[in-house]
Amino acid sequence: MHFIPKLFAKNELIVAFLVVGLIMFISVLVSKHLLRNKIPGAAVAITMGLILAYFGGKKGIADFPLFAGMAFLGGSMMRDFSIVSTAMGASLSEIKKTGWVGILSLFIGIAVAFFVGGSIGYAMGYRDIKTVATIGAGACTFIVGPVTGAALGASSDIIAISIAIGVIKTVVVTILTPLIAKRIGLDNPQTAMIYGGLIGTTSGVAAGLAATDPKLVPYGALTATFYTGLACMLCPSLCYFILSLFI
Amino acid sequence: MKIYGVAVLSACFIAGQLIGEALGILFHFDGNIGGVGFGMLLLIVLGDWIKKKKWLDAESESGIHFWSGMYIPVVIAMSATQNVKAALSGGWVALVVGVFATLLCFSLIPLLSKLQKKTDSTGSSL
Repeated sequence: MHFIPKLFAKNELIVAFLVVGLIMFISVLVSKHLLRNKIPGAAVAITMGLILAYFGGKKGIADFPLFAGMAFLGGSMMRDFSIVSTAMGASLSEIKKTGWVGILSLFIGIAVAFFVGGSIGYAMGYRDIKTVATIGAGACTFIVGPVTGAALGASSDIIAISIAIGVIKTVVVTILTPLIAKRIGLDNPQTAMIYGGLIGTTSGVAAGLAATDPKLVPYGALTATFYTGLACMLCPSLCYFILSLFI
Repeated sequence: MKIYGVAVLSACFIAGQLIGEALGILFHFDGNIGGVGFGMLLLIVLGDWIKKKKWLDAESESGIHFWSGMYIPVVIAMSATQNVKAALSGGWVALVVGVFATLLCFSLIPLLSKLQKKTDSTGSSL
């Protein structure tokens, strides 16, 4: 039987297809029979993925050699490629209809995350401006936090916290979106674009919309993909400067 | 042939990434700015144009649809490979900031949505 682990390791991507297929299958059953279709199968599957990730380490479940292929299937190349492919179903006129509010939502989303995140950090006892800025940047996405922290010269434990903040944001967005979508009117392309701009975490936005209504994915993802790049430019510069007027 | 659709998708993806990288260099930012977004815009415009010209038949287009169908499975694999342990071990600050800042952003969605509808009905959209 010693050849089995080797066989799995050699065909890691194929094993990942099988694993995800099984997760999806179980999730659809759970959604149908235990949750009476209240929470869509995709949302259950994504949450199940997060729970499985907890048992792993830095790369979640992919830290186990048996599931190494999950890191490739769920890596940035496959994620970005499949996100771009969803654009085939998007309509240009719907995007134009959102207009400048879509761009405004990006700036408001970054500013609110940065200053509210930073203020909470300040209230919880972090008084150093570089630390406050790094915490605020972490509230944007888990990429903006470390980029800002590195640019400002924050300590590594603060950078770790900023990554944790960003990951928690992704988890919260993933789970919460399908649950409150109706209440916030998230059922049309325009609101999906505003949602993508305000929330910004591409993985969270994409996963949350996939669980809510797959038709909305391209619209939310479109604005969200500009968020991280814009925030990486604004947080260590303009936002930091404004923050320095207060601390 | 399906590969034609996949090739069009790949071309849009790579062109988008190139634009994103170029913008990154332009703004002295070590990374990619909106590469995925530009890729999507290209596919929307190019896809529309190709469809009108009838250069891609339904069979070729199904190559693109396959990948958009793989989108949710990819997201499931992605969530299973997140560093969830680190997210929870970041302590109270991480949890409080992560949850509250996110909730506040959520609460702004209906407000901006209203603003969008207002500007839309007055006909001042882009």
